[in-house]
Amino acid sequence: MDTQTTMQTLSLAPWLVATPMIGALVLLVAGRRTDRWGHWLGVLASAATFVVGLVMLLDMLGTPADQRVGTQTVGTWIDSGPLHVDLGFQVDPLSMTFVMLVTFVGTLIHVYSVAYMDHDVDRRRFFGYLNLFVAAMLLLVLADSYLLLFVGWEGVGLASFLLIGFWDGKRENAVAGKKAFVMNRVGDMGLIVAMMLLLATFGSLSFGTVLPAAGEGATAAGQGVLTAVGLMLLLAACGKSAQLPLQAWLGDAMAGPTPVSALIHAATMVTAGVYLLVRSGPILEAAPDAQLVVAIVGALTLLFGAVVGTAKDDIKKALAASTMSQIGYMMLAAGLGPIGYAFAIFHLLTHGFFKAGLFLGAGSVMHAMDDDVNMRRFGGLARLLPVTAITMGLGWLAILGVPPFSGFWSKDKIIEAAFVGEGWRPWVFGLAALLGAGITAYYMSRLFFMTFMGRRRWRPDERSGDDGAPVRHPHEAPRLMTWPMIVLAAGSVFLGGILALGDRFVTWLEPVTGHVEHHEPVLPVWLLMTLTLALVVLGAFLAFRQYWVAAVPVEPPPAPAVVRAARVDLYQDAVNESLVMRPGQYLTRALVYSDRTAVDGGWLGLAGGIGRLGARLRRMQNGYVRSYAATMLGGLGVVGLVVWVLAS
Amino acid sequence: MTASGAEAALFWVLAPLMVLAALGLLFARKAVHAAVCVMFVMVGLAILYVAQEAPFLGVVQVVVYTGAVMMLFLFVLMLVGVDSADSLTETIKGQRWLGVLLGLGLVVVLLGVIAQAAFPPAVGLAASEELTNPVALARVLLGDYVLAMEVVGVLLVTAALAGLVLTHRRRLSVRPTQRVLAAARVAALPQGSTLTPLPAPGVYAQNNAMDTPALGPDGEPLPHSVPRVLRIRGQERSATAVLAEEETLVARDDLRVLGVGPAADTTVEQVGDPVATGTTDEGSDDEDGEVR
Amino acid sequence: MEITNYLGLAAILFAIGATTVLLRRNAIVVFMGVELMLNATNLAFVTFARIHGDVTGQVLAFFVMVVAAAEVVVGLAIIITIFRSRRSASVDDVNLLHS
Repeated sequence: MDTQTTMQTLSLAPWLVATPMIGALVLLVAGRRTDRWGHWLGVLASAATFVVGLVMLLDMLGTPADQRVGTQTVGTWIDSGPLHVDLGFQVDPLSMTFVMLVTFVGTLIHVYSVAYMDHDVDRRRFFGYLNLFVAAMLLLVLADSYLLLFVGWEGVGLASFLLIGFWDGKRENAVAGKKAFVMNRVGDMGLIVAMMLLLATFGSLSFGTVLPAAGEGATAAGQGVLTAVGLMLLLAACGKSAQLPLQAWLGDAMAGPTPVSALIHAATMVTAGVYLLVRSGPILEAAPDAQLVVAIVGALTLLFGAVVGTAKDDIKKALAASTMSQIGYMMLAAGLGPIGYAFAIFHLLTHGFFKAGLFLGAGSVMHAMDDDVNMRRFGGLARLLPVTAITMGLGWLAILGVPPFSGFWSKDKIIEAAFVGEGWRPWVFGLAALLGAGITAYYMSRLFFMTFMGRRRWRPDERSGDDGAPVRHPHEAPRLMTWPMIVLAAGSVFLGGILALGDRFVTWLEPVTGHVEHHEPVLPVWLLMTLTLALVVLGAFLAFRQYWVAAVPVEPPPAPAVVRAARVDLYQDAVNESLVMRPGQYLTRALVYSDRTAVDGGWLGLAGGIGRLGARLRRMQNGYVRSYAATMLGGLGVVGLVVWVLAS
Repeated sequence: MTASGAEAALFWVLAPLMVLAALGLLFARKAVHAAVCVMFVMVGLAILYVAQEAPFLGVVQVVVYTGAVMMLFLFVLMLVGVDSADSLTETIKGQRWLGVLLGLGLVVVLLGVIAQAAFPPAVGLAASEELTNPVALARVLLGDYVLAMEVVGVLLVTAALAGLVLTHRRRLSVRPTQRVLAAARVAALPQGSTLTPLPAPGVYAQNNAMDTPALGPDGEPLPHSVPRVLRIRGQERSATAVLAEEETLVARDDLRVLGVGPAADTTVEQVGDPVATGTTDEGSDDEDGEVR
Repeated sequence: MEITNYLGLAAILFAIGATTVLLRRNAIVVFMGVELMLNATNLAFVTFARIHGDVTGQVLAFFVMVVAAAEVVVGLAIIITIFRSRRSASVDDVNLLHS
């Protein structure tokens, strides 16, 4: 990490952040004047950033592997006592991977949004916020210190809040944005505490100082401290990546426009947590207990998300649950140690493509169905929306992990890595991952079949079809929407295979993650692959029977307790409310009450007491000269008495 | 030095009287009585000053304090109302007890301090006297304290001016001139008033007693010449009766002078018979006895 | 007889004057009490002059008399003024500073 890179384009790094930031400023400050062409400026800013990133990537590919890590410092930010933080940008394979993901998928979604938000008056503001998000996300992944990362972290949180509640005319959108922000805040607390501990232990917050120190001086720093840091970083990651226990906001976040869901809540922002953990790899390795907790959280979340996803009728919420589950896979991989880091990032990359593609397709379906999201009212759309159906189908196959699509390469590697280890761990994690794959297949197939296959549960006009079905005129999306979907589908198909060839992606990340020896899983690889495929086929087949062949009921049918629980997100809101929200409310009420009675009462009582005392004393001023004369005479007597006593 | 026996006697006689007089100030119901008590105290003090080798001060005490200040008090009492007497009920709660308590307490404390204090042996003024006490006083007054004396002089002038200013009364209405007053009197004639001043009793009358009405130019008695109080009380005497009395008395006197004696006295009570006793010393000859 | 007896007399007269101020309601009687107090202090001054053999005590008593005279003039003028407007010579009636 100390060697400075020989990349010539290293100085371009600040422009990656500056360009979208300038775009955001122009669009948000200039206001309504830019309404007519503002969206194109947003697209241009994003595309320019992609071009710069591409140039840097090509340059990096041209430099030898051991010289691909470097920092570009713009200046000093904080220089106060023990704290010294630079405005520095860390350029290495990990950050460049994220840069390419964010800018490429981001630009595609910018283009998509031009058409998707065509009828919206506030389109220009939307692009301003999107550019703001891109700038913040790039700052997050390019920062060379935890503090600068935190700036980007908060920035994406802000952008998420603004974009979720974008249509703030409806109250539930604003509430959803608030919920996301508040839950993220809990995670942010974790990051702040971790930074405090790091500063106290290592005296610095920059990656270049902290990570090597954590790696070598595990005993010197104290394992307890590093475990605490690791757990706090995990808390932060849970907040940002919607993992247990801070996962409840992701479903509500679907209130935002679909491009937002695609970009922020599928491909990029929610993966920031994984980035943080992978970046902090040396710390986690020095604290094996924290690493174990990371893996457990990942495993639990992947099952949680999968179970919830099977019962969701809202297409976006089903995809959100799927995102939660897939990130659980990534967390699990990150918690497995160095063997898992590269696969976590690999899966992150492929997931970014196919999940964004799925979301954009969902947006296209919604666009066709009058913004309806209820899948029980879809059905039979494949003929009418061919491009959408094909792109979503490819994404579906990718997420299932069907070879040779992208998801297969990344997810299977994670399952293999999960089965590596000793004792109970490989069995528990491995079986969880396997099971998750099967359930994923089931609910994603359910989603696809309910939407595109089977009988129509809507009618094209008043005269035909059931009387209760809504009238819809599905039509394919405009080209500005379909081309990004096509590109992303292509990525879903080919990207995984390309990157997996010769383990080149793993090798590419080695300057950051370190070289890892190959370990054998407890079950043979071919067995694992067969089992995975079998479960996937089983899940798809069950969904096929239930949702393609059979008629899908338009109302959710009566179901056993598990399904009913899954329909309400396994009671996540109820749990949050009773564990956190209500006690918080009671606490504030108690504080208000005690403030009013004790504090205010005390002060007012004091004031009142003094007032009463004053009223008593005021009676001495009765206006009678003789009373005053008596007082004077009394005083004289006292003086005389004192003289008498002193003189004797 | 201790006081001589004469001075001791003077003190022990005068001091209790002065204390009694002071208590009279405290307890007197009428304000005038209180003023008189205070005057007694002041005169007593003057005597004590003289006994204490301060004759100048004693004289000044009498002249200024008793003579001027207390007279001023009495004048003001007259203006304010001599009859105003304090009622016995006390308006302020507990003031009576407080006053008595504080007064007695003060006495006790002061006497205690005096008894406690160690005084230097008394020297007396004989040694420091120049020629006379006023000269000694003048030496100090106009020597060491001349500035204070001038200032006090200014103070006196200011006080006199203050007295003038404070008691000055402003007329609130126009002062009626002589002409206006005369016109008012003429205008009030129909109501039965007289323009001329009323005659004093005794004019055109045989008698100048207060309760006898005067006689007008027409010989009729003027009721307004008798003071109103007597008229209201019914103590006015009629002129005729007075005349008759006078005549009988004079007649008796005449007879005595003539040596006739009080034989013819039965006609004394007869009213309405003026010429019966033949008195002619009444005055003018042309009196026709038609006096009523 | 000790000369300090005069001081005792002065003290008693002073106390009686003070009590008059406290207990009497007629303004003029109260004023007379004040005069009594002043006279008592005069007596004390004269006695001290005699004790110390210094005429200054008498000079001070003289000044007290002058000032008391001036004070009486002004004080009585005020009483008359108040009497003219209020028709009352009671000190209890001047209680407008009552709160």
